[in-house]
Amino acid sequence: MSEIGLPLDLHFVLSRARKCGERLGGDVHDRIAAAVYKRAEMLAARVVQTPSERAGEWDARLDDIFTSRALGYPIMLLLLGMVFWLTLAGANVPSELLAAVFLDVEGRLTAFCAAHAVPPVVHGILVEGVYRTVTWVVAVMLPPMAIFFPLFTLLEDLGYLPRVAFNLDRFFKAAGAHGKQALTMGMGLGCNAAGVVACRIIESPRERLVATLTNVFTPCNGRFPTLLLLASLLTGGSGPAAAAVVAGVVLLGVAATWTVSFVLTRSCLRGLPSSFALELPPYRPPQWGRVIVRAACDRTLVVLRRAVTVAAPAGAAVWLVANTHWGGVSLLGHLAGVLDPLGRAIGLDGFIVAAFLLGLPANEIVFPILLMGYLATGSMVEIGLGDLRTLLLSRGWNGLTALNMMVFSVLHFPCATTLLTILKETGSCRWTVLAAAIPTLVATSVCFATTQVARALNP
Amino acid sequence: MTRDGTELPRPVVALAGNPNTGKSTLFNALTGLKQHTGNWPGKTVACARGWYRYNGQTVTLVDLPGTYSLLSDSPEERITRDFLCFGRPDATVVVVDATCLERNLNLIFQIMEVNTRVVACLNLMDEARRRGIRIDVPALARELGVPVVPAAARRGEGLTLLKETLHRVIEGRIHPAPRPVSYDPELEAAVAELAADLAVLSREGLNPRWVALCLIAGDESIIPKIRTFCNGKETQGDTHVRNRVTP
Repeated sequence: MSEIGLPLDLHFVLSRARKCGERLGGDVHDRIAAAVYKRAEMLAARVVQTPSERAGEWDARLDDIFTSRALGYPIMLLLLGMVFWLTLAGANVPSELLAAVFLDVEGRLTAFCAAHAVPPVVHGILVEGVYRTVTWVVAVMLPPMAIFFPLFTLLEDLGYLPRVAFNLDRFFKAAGAHGKQALTMGMGLGCNAAGVVACRIIESPRERLVATLTNVFTPCNGRFPTLLLLASLLTGGSGPAAAAVVAGVVLLGVAATWTVSFVLTRSCLRGLPSSFALELPPYRPPQWGRVIVRAACDRTLVVLRRAVTVAAPAGAAVWLVANTHWGGVSLLGHLAGVLDPLGRAIGLDGFIVAAFLLGLPANEIVFPILLMGYLATGSMVEIGLGDLRTLLLSRGWNGLTALNMMVFSVLHFPCATTLLTILKETGSCRWTVLAAAIPTLVATSVCFATTQVARALNP
Repeated sequence: MTRDGTELPRPVVALAGNPNTGKSTLFNALTGLKQHTGNWPGKTVACARGWYRYNGQTVTLVDLPGTYSLLSDSPEERITRDFLCFGRPDATVVVVDATCLERNLNLIFQIMEVNTRVVACLNLMDEARRRGIRIDVPALARELGVPVVPAAARRGEGLTLLKETLHRVIEGRIHPAPRPVSYDPELEAAVAELAADLAVLSREGLNPRWVALCLIAGDESIIPKIRTFCNGKETQGDTHVRNRVTP
């Protein structure tokens, strides 16, 4: 009897199997696959009758258009651009509506607190901290996600998204990455945490890790409001110029994705295995009901719930930091003071860097924290665009500051939700730390470079 | 073992197939359980479980991840391979896309190497009809040596026949007799030789030919799994022996 309770010596069997494998040469896998493919081909030829032309060709003809060298990219950019535009345009009104409702409720809460003599600290933490942060996040994130995810799922259901991956495979392959990374980046536009989860569609471990680590370079919904705001401040309006600036910054993110993927696959990920096949599934009419339910429940609500669970404690913490005074200056002020030299070196200032650090729980709250710091009002605020311009100019802002903040926003470390997701998906602290360190390094060096160049040109 | 079918209420039916064959749709149609479908983030990465009642019998259904083959080493394939091998399902349904049969046949042939109690479900028949594709189902069943059930899971077509066929396979009233692929003579000889050495594994319900094939193809990760699988049934193994033979 042996170790497994059977008259069998696994050790012996293994050594014999190894000898067999050596005798056969190293290509046993291929020989098995070849035999299976041949048999499948023969059998299919015998039992399947395909019509000579017609219906089957319909798919092929669509593929000729969607994946052609000439039209593939323009169609892709057009469709993704449309999804994008519908999301941004469609989200504005409901976002404002939600914000108005939340503001109204906040007024009532404040009145209630005043009437019942609730201590100001409790009111501050709960209403000005937790409530305002959570409602800001919901108002900013919910509408775009509720539009973006169903549209995206629809394209998926139609069978178009695999074609996008196919189109971009060449581009990504040159960086040692996978064509499907384009799709995970697309999800990242909605939310990086969702984008990281989407990396599961990449079967091979190495390419999945590359896609996971670089997803943060795709600006998410939480960062777009900041980018749009800064772009309109920079160009003095929300016309085509502002859109071009935003597009430019997004392309910078794509460039960073490509470059970091290139470096990663040639450095620390070199040894990991990689194998994949890209299949183009047939085009199918979408199942509308399911698309909406799946997108709403599985994606929107899950992502939103995670964001809110992070934003609530963060709101309380940020309020405390901004309202705890020491030596006449709030802790936020002290933090900004410490960070100021670093901030200046990369064309920002201490308050901006502090806002990014404190905004770790959710990117949506970065700008509100910044305003909180500048105005020293102690809680997050929303003010008009004109006041904002005056305020920022009075704080020594110029075009370079706005541009650098956009660049930093696109390239900096992922939010806490995304980091937790990366930890869960990779199961590795090491990769999670790298997922934060790499973008931080990239963002800092790019901002440092633009600042030095700008100062050299404009002394 | 977490994925060992022995923990599940028997009979257990495994559901395998290529991605995009409507496997999860079939799973939902059979079990009525709400579950993810599609090939996007919600896709089946772990095994979903459900059950249905047929003819007074409660059948546990395990929805395995969609895979194209069992030969490479993606997580999906590993899960599928391990469940088919060590989960010892009472029957395995291989869901096949009727509109691209040839590509889907590869997986059936590979699964037939692991398990003999296989039923092929020819799904998306409505789509195939629409495109004018005609499939000689009796000839396919004859050539494969396993029952073939045409279906359109989206419309609920063929579900009853599938349940009935599975019922008969489970009860032993139908004996699928798969006709697996024969490899080149040299490889066949090596597999047969090693399988003879491993013959005792069939006492534990493992397929010696499959294990031999894995080992010759260089997949040695199956050894520790066999050890865990067999020892799982023992009270206490002989530790010093185990340490000695760890390869």
